[in-house]
Amino acid sequence: MDEQRTAEAGKGRSAEPSGGEDDLLQELVAYLRDQRTELREEWAQRISDAELLQVMSDEEIFSEATEVYDNYVDALETGSIENLQAYARELSERIIPRGVETDEVLGIVLLLRDVLARSLFARYQEDLGLLNRILDSYEPAANRIAVTVGVSFVEERERVIHDQQEAIRELSTPVLQVRDRLLILPIIGVLDTARARQLTEQLLGSIRDNRATVVVIDITGVATIDRTVANHLVQTVEASRLMGASTILTGLSPDIAQTLVDLGVDLGMMKTVGDLQGGLEEAERLAGYRAGDADDAETS
Amino acid sequence: MADEVRVRIDSDADLVTARAQARAMAERVGFPRPDPTLIATAISEIARNIIAHAGQGEIVLEPFEDGNRFGIVVTAVDHGPGIRDVEAAMRDDVSGRGGLGLGLPGARRLMDDFELRSDSETGTTVTMRKWRYRDELARLREERSRRA
Amino acid sequence: MSVAILRQGDVLIASVQSDLSDTQVLELRHELAVLVGRHRARGIVIDVSALDVIDSFVTRALRAIVLTARLRGADTIIVGIAPDVAIAMVQFRLNLEPLRVALDLDEALAMLDHRGRRDTEDGR
Repeated sequence: MDEQRTAEAGKGRSAEPSGGEDDLLQELVAYLRDQRTELREEWAQRISDAELLQVMSDEEIFSEATEVYDNYVDALETGSIENLQAYARELSERIIPRGVETDEVLGIVLLLRDVLARSLFARYQEDLGLLNRILDSYEPAANRIAVTVGVSFVEERERVIHDQQEAIRELSTPVLQVRDRLLILPIIGVLDTARARQLTEQLLGSIRDNRATVVVIDITGVATIDRTVANHLVQTVEASRLMGASTILTGLSPDIAQTLVDLGVDLGMMKTVGDLQGGLEEAERLAGYRAGDADDAETS
Repeated sequence: MADEVRVRIDSDADLVTARAQARAMAERVGFPRPDPTLIATAISEIARNIIAHAGQGEIVLEPFEDGNRFGIVVTAVDHGPGIRDVEAAMRDDVSGRGGLGLGLPGARRLMDDFELRSDSETGTTVTMRKWRYRDELARLREERSRRA
Repeated sequence: MSVAILRQGDVLIASVQSDLSDTQVLELRHELAVLVGRHRARGIVIDVSALDVIDSFVTRALRAIVLTARLRGADTIIVGIAPDVAIAMVQFRLNLEPLRVALDLDEALAMLDHRGRRDTEDGR
């Protein structure tokens, strides 16, 4: 851990010749292992006082705390991040489904850092020079541990969220055939580029499979879309036109309408209607179910 | 250079081959739809350019992996007279047909990376790439940072 | 045979069978021009569902067919553009004026009938 020593101004080290950096590290690690029971309990108490990990029982907290403590001290000793990352990821996998949040994980790691630091203060307070050197060893290592655990947790959480989104995506976006040659595609929720792409595939495939000449895409359930997705939506409408189907967009929020305008989309060309009901009526007219002027599907 | 596919471009029948090979490799490499069609279309344009302006040349298709990304690199080479005004060639004209009718801006729009080098001595080389994230998580991150 | 051309009344139906080389595209163009005149066709339907790729050359040829046919009093409708092909054409920003499309043959014939009965103000 020698290389981790930061040369911070104001640390003020006395010329203590007792032992090199490695020896110091070994010493503090040995001390932390020796104090394991007391420090772990103090930490658990602090966690409870801070009202963290409330979704877990005392026994669970104790058992996890033991493992975290041991891994923490191991990481201090070896400087190995890989083991710690693996452990942190595995821990995250366990506690994320329980509902543990990011701030809690960061909170408890920082509490452990503080508990250990305080105990080092207590032990070495007689010798400020030595204390400073001990802290020079401890602090960078402890901070790196905090970052590693935090990042691992966050990444694991992102993975879980992503998996959930995938699952939802697959279930959602039904295509409804309401009449012969008329399809409705109701979209609810977040419309990102992945979903937009899937939507396009589904829509165009449905047009072909169901021989639809009119499609109503209802985005009442979508609050906002970014420019890329908006662009994608426009291209989808144009592509469906090339297949011989007309597309009507209904339920545009003011926000989305603005995004489309900003993109330079000619909303006149795009056939948007306020609400789904109006859209359906227009669609039926287009599909020839109602009296009224039906345009032929043109490419422009 | 394993997995590389070379298609000689001599006559317009070779365009059919080039399109088919491009599609086959794109599907083999794992591109989701509609990417194989986009790639084949871009290659069709570039290959036709070779015939129209140089008479003959070659297209090389090669899969690639780059950390979190996988994709295809297309290199189209001819030793013809070169494109004199590259800028004009890459510009869309008003009718939307692509500058000088070369279809280059269109091909660029279908691909992710596009590079054109041309001079009267060595000819023209077009290098295009299309790629996807192997890890969906990386794609999610990229999307998030783009939104920020 | 790369393109099968049938006649249904006064409508020509051209079915592309496979990916076409540029030469074959030009042959199709020529063939249709001849046949429209010979049979005084009032409509052409071109089925491109077998085309995996529609690029600028094919698009230009289709446009030429439409214009030539119109000079001889026939409307042209393209059917069978596949989903992926449609996406590629849109992304490419291929200019498709004055092409007209329909979902399939039935729709196309209905459109030709419909237009045939309407007073035509102009070719569009």
